[in-house]
Amino acid sequence: MTKVVLPDLGEGIEKATLSYWYFKVGEKVNEKDDLVELATDKATFNLPSPATGTVTEIFFQEGDTVKPGDTLAAIE
Amino acid sequence: MDCKIFDLGLIQFKPAWYFQKEAFKAVKHGYIDSALIICQHYPVITLGRCANRDNILCSNKVLAFKGIRVFEIERGGDVTYHGPGQLTIYPIFNLNYLKKDIHWYLRQLEEITINSLKDFGITSERRPGLTGVWVGNKKIASIGITVKNWITYHGVSINIKSEDLANFKLITPCGLDIEMTCLEKELGRHIAITDLKNDLIRRFGGSLSFGSKDASALGVKTAPLMEEARR
Repeated sequence: MTKVVLPDLGEGIEKATLSYWYFKVGEKVNEKDDLVELATDKATFNLPSPATGTVTEIFFQEGDTVKPGDTLAAIE
Repeated sequence: MDCKIFDLGLIQFKPAWYFQKEAFKAVKHGYIDSALIICQHYPVITLGRCANRDNILCSNKVLAFKGIRVFEIERGGDVTYHGPGQLTIYPIFNLNYLKKDIHWYLRQLEEITINSLKDFGITSERRPGLTGVWVGNKKIASIGITVKNWITYHGVSINIKSEDLANFKLITPCGLDIEMTCLEKELGRHIAITDLKNDLIRRFGGSLSFGSKDASALGVKTAPLMEEARR
């Protein structure tokens, strides 16, 4: 199982809004595919999938606030 | 690092948007190191990911009458307006080779703009928590970006000409109750857009430690990419 963890986005960026999931639970994803989009007030950031597999769990929904270090999803 | 300069002139938003994505792919796949796209847009309103549609203050009918199209796009930020007389710069930079830090990159965009305005005799500044470039409490440049695979697109718009500022009244820019300003309004004289353009190209090259600006490749590189973008 691979955890999808939100990395540091930059100094002073302590939180972001989860704005879009490109995949749903149960869908197959390839490593480096755009997996999830985060938005701060002036930037959007796409987090690529760290692994190839199936999205088994999603821990945050669109609109939720997330912070670096949070586990956003699991891929198996 | 080589930076290709693409001067698209006055162009509709949509083909320039596609062009950005093509340049993004070219950087992602390593065909080019980085790109700087410079253009002016025909009147358009764009809504970023955090946009509230209520920040467009007029009806669709008024927008249609004025020939202003509205696009929902993937950049960060709220609502903004682009039009002729405003220079829009889309840096397609690979932060993997610069610094993987969105905050740093936004501050760089502000810094370059502030220094360029200084070259024209305008003192501008940052305002904490309010990304963009300000002259007093008026905004002269707006910033909104997207970062994918640590490669950037979208960017900065700098207001130059006075005539076009009126269209900002159609929106609540960035969702804030603010006044917009422009170079000509601050200086009380005519500014040639080309002068600011050349200054920005020089500064973007210098500040981000890029090497030669391959302007000669313009015609060669732009034509096929543009053709694809228009399809």
